[in-house]
Amino acid sequence: MDEREARASLKDLGERLAKARGGLPPKLAPRGAPPTQDALAFGLRIGLELVVAVVVSVAIGWAIDRWLGTKPAAMVVMFFLGIAAGMWNVYRAITGMGMKVGPRGGKAGAAGDDEDED
Amino acid sequence: MALELHPLEQFVIKPIVPLHIGKLDISFTNSALLMTIAVLLATVVIVIGTRREELVPGRVQSLGELAYEFIGNMIDETVGTDGQRYFPFVFTLFMFILFGNMLGLIPYGYTFTGQIIVTFALAAVVFVGVTLIGIWRHGWHFLSFFVPHGVPVVLLVLLVPIELLSYLIRPFTLSIRLFANMLAGHTMLAIFGGFAASIGILGLLPLGLDVLIFFLELLVAVLQAYVFTILTCLYLNDAINLH
Repeated sequence: MDEREARASLKDLGERLAKARGGLPPKLAPRGAPPTQDALAFGLRIGLELVVAVVVSVAIGWAIDRWLGTKPAAMVVMFFLGIAAGMWNVYRAITGMGMKVGPRGGKAGAAGDDEDED
Repeated sequence: MALELHPLEQFVIKPIVPLHIGKLDISFTNSALLMTIAVLLATVVIVIGTRREELVPGRVQSLGELAYEFIGNMIDETVGTDGQRYFPFVFTLFMFILFGNMLGLIPYGYTFTGQIIVTFALAAVVFVGVTLIGIWRHGWHFLSFFVPHGVPVVLLVLLVPIELLSYLIRPFTLSIRLFANMLAGHTMLAIFGGFAASIGILGLLPLGLDVLIFFLELLVAVLQAYVFTILTCLYLNDAINLH
């Protein structure tokens, strides 16, 4: 069976599957926060996000200070940057952007959906 | 009445086969033993599950198929079909963490996912791997990931470090989430177990509570394996579908 034939038969199978499902979409978890994740777990996640951001940032600042000998300067700057980064991550987590980390948020998997078609 | 509680004793790493190379301690420990069992068990489930591909799957086959489809769908959903090439890694990661969490719930077992160094190593592999995949697929264009769109140049001075920082924080939140959940849950189980053993007939109350917490921990074990895996997928998505 060559490539085209295989694809045709796969397409046929897909159509029959969709028919058998009775038009129902396949059961998939909604994007973003997992459905079973309760409020407590979500709250913990948010708290963790804030704390870890500050701790890691200050640690990086401390390392920079040690390296460059600029005692408190980098640590202070990194402390505030850490708070900002933590807030930013929390904001991303609680808005519609779901669990996505990164500047663009949302639309996860959108590119994949386009590629499915052909 | 003396309460003797050692809720953290369960996390102590004990060498089973002591091995030393120079000053390097590479003993085979209880943690390593449980990891080996987790890997073997996951392999056995998949191998036995796929040995006789029956139309109506038996228990083991259906377990294997369930896990396979779960991760397959997860990758399709979060990364797209392009991400399927990383299926083996994501699937292995999920099975390893899931079996680790589950095996830890067996009494007298050991929870290696309750060790920060284990979860951090896993998260570091994910972080470095995803970053390399991003650079490999997009070259230096990958750095544009840290530059938000439509922002005045003046603000970029402030925003790029923040983006970079929130990217660097990923492996830490990823590892601490799994580690803290496991540590907290098992410590709680041990504390209530200790109460039950030491206060006589009244101990039935904490014992009952312990049973309930155990079911909660079953949920947490699966949930945290899922959360770790789906976050890995989302990070992968960032690296693959940059724009």
